Amino acid sequence: MKLRVDPDKCQGHARCYGLAPEIFDVDDYGLASVIVDEVPSELEEKARLAVANCPEYAIEIVSE
Amino acid sequence: MTHTAPVRDWATDFDVMDPDYLRDPFSIWDQLRQTCPIPHTDRRKSTWMPLRYEDVTAIAHDVEHFSSLKVAVIPGDEDADPAELEGPNLEYGLPPISSDPPLHTWTRRLLLPWFSHKRVESYMPMTRQLCRRLLDGFADSGRADAAADYAQQIPVRVIAHILGVSPDLSDTFTGWVRDVLEFADDAERRQHGAEGLLHYFLGELEQRRSDPGDDLLSALLTAEVDGQRVDDGIVLGMAALVLIAGVDTTWSAIGSSLWHLATHPEDRKRLVAEPELMPTALEELLRAYAPVTMAREVTGDIVYAGCPMKTGDKVLMNFPAANRDPQAFEHPEEVQLDRAHNRHVAFGSGIHRCAGSNLARMELQVALEEWLARIPDFSLAQGEEITWAGGQVRGPRILPVVFG
Repeated sequence: MKLRVDPDKCQGHARCYGLAPEIFDVDDYGLASVIVDEVPSELEEKARLAVANCPEYAIEIVSE
Repeated sequence: MTHTAPVRDWATDFDVMDPDYLRDPFSIWDQLRQTCPIPHTDRRKSTWMPLRYEDVTAIAHDVEHFSSLKVAVIPGDEDADPAELEGPNLEYGLPPISSDPPLHTWTRRLLLPWFSHKRVESYMPMTRQLCRRLLDGFADSGRADAAADYAQQIPVRVIAHILGVSPDLSDTFTGWVRDVLEFADDAERRQHGAEGLLHYFLGELEQRRSDPGDDLLSALLTAEVDGQRVDDGIVLGMAALVLIAGVDTTWSAIGSSLWHLATHPEDRKRLVAEPELMPTALEELLRAYAPVTMAREVTGDIVYAGCPMKTGDKVLMNFPAANRDPQAFEHPEEVQLDRAHNRHVAFGSGIHRCAGSNLARMELQVALEEWLARIPDFSLAQGEEITWAGGQVRGPRILPVVFG
């Protein structure tokens, strides 16, 4: 699984980081980024949780 | 307490300060969402109140038609000429919350690093110590006012630490903030709070001009944007904002969460038994009991979802009601501590997302963890009155509980 954060949509809620710090980081201004190239299979459930909790619909699953 | 005339019809004459609404806004929202999802009132000022998730988030993102220059739920004297008001002049309001781009953009960038994840983690040990000290004060007595003795005491002291002002003045700060938000319908109290707060910060800023420290106030004074120092009025507005926005918002979230745990023993026992639920539980409590409503101002006549909104009308961004919309959340009336799909907007939506959301979340987490570690079993004190504040910020103000 590959993920992408749309920087134009992300408003820094940091919900993704709170739920899955292994997959996301958030900078000093709140902008989230994906820190893994490929989401390890054991973290896929967490990744989906992060996607389903973003209030700005900013996280995309690029490939399953 | 201000008394308001009884509401004749919630669709055309709503009042967010109505006593029934303060106690239980949820059933009123549920009814209106079915019949009139954007009610209107002419009380205080022509005001609309979207209640659906879809409308609240759409309007929050439309900064062109819905300005943030006037964000107060209770208009107060916001339409008066600032030059005619007594006291320090806040010609720029409280940026970035009461501003639009471009002022919003750069003032927000000055504040955000102070509330980043990493910075907020550094405030965690002092928050934990503070909670333990407060619990030491009443844990053996078998009873407490969970709002006044605990929730209310936490965020104000953390914010004082960040601003670099004396935590000994916490009760005074809390009083000023309540005056301007909770009692905004009372012109005298509102003015008393605003003057107290602004005069205090004028003095604190003056002192730091000659002797800057490593606190947020000093950082605002010495900051340069495009090679220029920040205007004094903007610094004052930002300082006042951090205190106003950082005190009774989070205190209300902590209080409402403790109210929920006092009245829902199954959730309380589950959270004690399964502390790994805390991350989703925090978000669920924030969803169900979101404290904050912010306003927008219509910038030009517009028909939105069939509503003829006029220039200057107020729109209440009812984030708490959006979080209870059945179109956006399954069984929104239920608190599900492990809720997996939860795009709640307790901290708003769009460019005005609460700048202190990381801090608020940390304070709520630590406050609940420490309370449950010391007092895992507690309930409401039977027969004693609970009072709720509402309007801009909803949460319990008196919350007597018993334990042990």
